[in-house]
Amino acid sequence: MAATGAKQFSGPVWHVSNFVRTFPLLTIGLIMLFVLLLFITVGRLFVEETHTRVGYVIPDLSPSAEHPLGTNTMGQDMLAVMVYGTPLTLQIGLIAGIIGLVVGTFMGFVAGYYGGFWDNLFRGAADVALTIPAFLVLVVIASTLRGATDVMTQALIVSCLAWMFPTRTIRSQVLSMRERGYIQIAKRSGMGNMEIIGREMVPNLLPYLGASFILAVITAILASIGLEALGLGPQNEPTMGMTIYWGMFYTAIIRDLWWWWFPPIVMITYMFVALYIVSAGLDQFANPRLRRRL
Amino acid sequence: MRTNGRNLQGLEMPIEYVVRRVGLFFVIVWAAATVNFLIPRLAPGNPIREQLLQQVATGGAGATPIEEVVQAYEARFGLDLPLWLQYFNFLWDTVRFDFGVSIARFPTPVWDTLTYALPWTISLVATATIIAFVIGSLFGALLAWPRTPRFVHAVAPPLLTMAAVPYYLLGLILMYVFAFRFGWFPLGGGHQLGTEPSFTMTFMLDAARHSVLPALSLILATLGFWALQMRGMMVTVQGEDYVTLAEAKGLRPSRIFFRYALRNAMLPQITALALTLGHVVSGAVLVEIVYGYPGIGTLLFRSVQNFDYPVIYGITFLIIVAIGLATLILDLVLPFLDPRIKYSRE
Repeated sequence: MAATGAKQFSGPVWHVSNFVRTFPLLTIGLIMLFVLLLFITVGRLFVEETHTRVGYVIPDLSPSAEHPLGTNTMGQDMLAVMVYGTPLTLQIGLIAGIIGLVVGTFMGFVAGYYGGFWDNLFRGAADVALTIPAFLVLVVIASTLRGATDVMTQALIVSCLAWMFPTRTIRSQVLSMRERGYIQIAKRSGMGNMEIIGREMVPNLLPYLGASFILAVITAILASIGLEALGLGPQNEPTMGMTIYWGMFYTAIIRDLWWWWFPPIVMITYMFVALYIVSAGLDQFANPRLRRRL
Repeated sequence: MRTNGRNLQGLEMPIEYVVRRVGLFFVIVWAAATVNFLIPRLAPGNPIREQLLQQVATGGAGATPIEEVVQAYEARFGLDLPLWLQYFNFLWDTVRFDFGVSIARFPTPVWDTLTYALPWTISLVATATIIAFVIGSLFGALLAWPRTPRFVHAVAPPLLTMAAVPYYLLGLILMYVFAFRFGWFPLGGGHQLGTEPSFTMTFMLDAARHSVLPALSLILATLGFWALQMRGMMVTVQGEDYVTLAEAKGLRPSRIFFRYALRNAMLPQITALALTLGHVVSGAVLVEIVYGYPGIGTLLFRSVQNFDYPVIYGITFLIIVAIGLATLILDLVLPFLDPRIKYSRE
């Protein structure tokens, strides 16, 4: 009886609607990210990259049919800047997020699983690094490089502060997981340490790793925009932070060129909200207790 | 009998803990100084010398005696000395807050530029933090309270969305709306041009008017954080037996709210407040830049633009020491506020 009952509620449509009902946050977040993806891919069909070059269009035009978001003082089409600049900012966040996650996962697993000296070393390093306002260290590094950076260098600089939170959260997860029954059984049955980590622990931590990754991406984007607002970013790339920097540099506010600085702010906010929702959704995915609240 | 005496009696701060905690503070300070020492030396060439040479090349520094500066720096860094000796000299100077002289504003000592900017930043960020803390905590507590009127809940979503906007971008929007469109507040700066900072009534009022928008962007951006954290704590506290007992005793709802629930939910908030106040020097760097507010942030921005390394390193070190000190004091004081805190390694 139970089998036929389950059959009634199977099929792709039921799966999708069940997923949506069980993980509303994750669904909303993923849809928002998908819309963002559509904007930067479909947008490319309508605007050309040349329009992001300095001096390519008539400067200071307000939004019109030809330039839906207007043009700025540097002679860039703002819609083109949004379409081609957004992926650059995302790229910085993703690269730095991946580096942060890989380093953080490694340090977290070693500290949590092996404990002892490695735990003291890695946890201590993360604690000290969390106390130091990392943003300032980035300012020191970036200003020593004299702003001669491209997107990749920017991502590497920013990744210096993306590893601490993953290290801490993953370490504490591993610590509690180490004591669970199935890990103990795996140990007793003679599995090697690497095998236990790779086959028992990592699969169980995947949702946490996902949430840590998203948070690392958010931290990285936030830091890169902060650095760029100081002018310490890729000078020739229209990333969101550099667009705001140039807007401030050419006093866009008091010249009422709102279409210069407002769209990047909207885009950044949209990105953050989408990523926060995805990370909260992944938390629900990982921790069934959080599901009932909504 | 009050319970205070018993609590304090049970509170033995192990000397080992204090030593370890103070030790951590010195590790942080040492790490900060070392970063400042290493980074310029890891970069290709010596940025300070390059900057000086560039100023000579562009002729932009005609007024400053460049040779003198170069010599001052060579002597200061002891560039002829072995690296380890340079390192110890650098540490010794840093410990005495001797950061050398500013390159852009030669021969003003870095320390003087810092002490001019510090009061501006501290008064702005401390005020904004405390206002955001009070309003946010109260708001969060109300959100979790069943008797709260409905309109309070309606304010929540926009406030929480604002928490997702980086505070300096919020600053840009506020500047556009309230300073440019409506003209209610000045567009930037810390005081009217041509006035000298002094402790007169007119100057203080003028400075306050200039700080409204920067403070507002800090407040709006951090309200959500305080509210969310407080809401979580209030939900937990409401399930406690003593709240149920208080209700059963028939105490007035306002008394239960303030004296029973709020008071106990406050502890993590106070911890977070102390940590945030540690960031008082660095908390507004970007918003200061947006508004051209004459604090540490703007000083940092100018120094970055002029590649004024001694000032950049001075600011970095100062901020790290401030935060390290705040967390140190917090860790030593907190056990007196919350006797449940235990000292252990885990």
